[in-house]
Amino acid sequence: MAAALAAIGAGLAAIGAGVGIGMIGSKAMEGIARQPEAVGDIRANLILAAALIEGAALIGMILSFLLGQ
Amino acid sequence: MRRIFFLFIAAIFCIAFNNKLVAQADTHHAITEAHSTDSSVAEHNVPEHKESPVDKIMHHIADANQFHVVTFNGQHIYFPLPCIIYNRTTGKLDAFMSTKLAHDKTYNGYHMHHDRVKPINEEEKIFDFSITKNVFSMLLGVSFLMIILFVVKNAYTRNPNKAPKGIQALIEPIISYIDDDVIKPNLPHKHNQFRPYLLSVFFFILVSNLLGLIPFFPGSANVSGNISFTLTLAAITFILTNVFGNKHYWGHIFAMPGVPKFVLLILTPVEILGMFTKPFSLMMRLFGNITAGHIVVLSLVSLIFILGDNGNSIPGALVGTGFAIPFVLFMSALELLVAFLQAFIFTLLSAIFIGMAVEDNH
Repeated sequence: MAAALAAIGAGLAAIGAGVGIGMIGSKAMEGIARQPEAVGDIRANLILAAALIEGAALIGMILSFLLGQ
Repeated sequence: MRRIFFLFIAAIFCIAFNNKLVAQADTHHAITEAHSTDSSVAEHNVPEHKESPVDKIMHHIADANQFHVVTFNGQHIYFPLPCIIYNRTTGKLDAFMSTKLAHDKTYNGYHMHHDRVKPINEEEKIFDFSITKNVFSMLLGVSFLMIILFVVKNAYTRNPNKAPKGIQALIEPIISYIDDDVIKPNLPHKHNQFRPYLLSVFFFILVSNLLGLIPFFPGSANVSGNISFTLTLAAITFILTNVFGNKHYWGHIFAMPGVPKFVLLILTPVEILGMFTKPFSLMMRLFGNITAGHIVVLSLVSLIFILGDNGNSIPGALVGTGFAIPFVLFMSALELLVAFLQAFIFTLLSAIFIGMAVEDNH
């Protein structure tokens, strides 16, 4: 039971991170298409924001990982 | 500058000695506890038909007091590692090689349980200061890194005005990329002070990640997927941020300028919490990414044994192999990217956090 709930939690964390990083990626693409010369700055901020979102998702995953045992 | 470098070296030794902080070993213990009765009997010389892939994977993820090299004809071959055990109950300090405990032997009241040294009397509490598998891998990585970087350094000292060649051509672009794209933009005035730490942490994480990707003996330890390793690195960033933080940094935490007094009652606790969540997320990100990578690769390899019914069904094993090989190849390639990316992100975020604290004009 706990393992099943933990698996659902891990999946929800993955969905959240996927939506978040997807939105960052789409906006970054639009930004690069609009201003190709700013690609360096956009990429740095893209990685930064993606890393921050991914951090929250990973905390959720690790919690479900630990609780699922 | 040199002080920060020494802090870093000291921290490496801290990692070596804070094995007790590892929650991992205990969780691993808890997971395998349920299976301990049958698997500890089946450990030696008997093909382990009953052990589930989850146990195998957790075993790989956790730290160990002996380094399993290969199993040949049902005989486990281990690389010996020194064990340094302080017994809290009896107050005794024991130092011995792990070969004394290998293959279900006992020594001085200790035995090896799932590759960890445990007292036979379960009432006794121990501190484990051993050179474990992870510490061994880490020292190996550091010595490897030192050799490469000193060779490069000597090449520059000998021919300062020549074009880089050989290993220089590999290291120089990496250093100049990190320096130009990460360190200088985030620390425009104080980059000389923090460059040694940031470059050390980058190469240290990179080499640990890459060593973890080698699937056989000298590599394969889950070094940067160990929470005490990432905890120590994140703690150094936390200490640097707060020790070198200027009055603007503290002002923004305790009295955010331009905010009414009553809002400060809510904002200040949030900002104080923010001081800790930033290094916490650094710690969790590296730990999670590397551990998840190892688990995914091992799960895909386990497909062979799950579909092959632990060697009882050859066609199943062939189907599993057919699935596993391309997926493992793909995941390993992805992990290679992740190894670089996580080292880069740790350095980038450390540079940003330190930069926010020490730079005046933001």
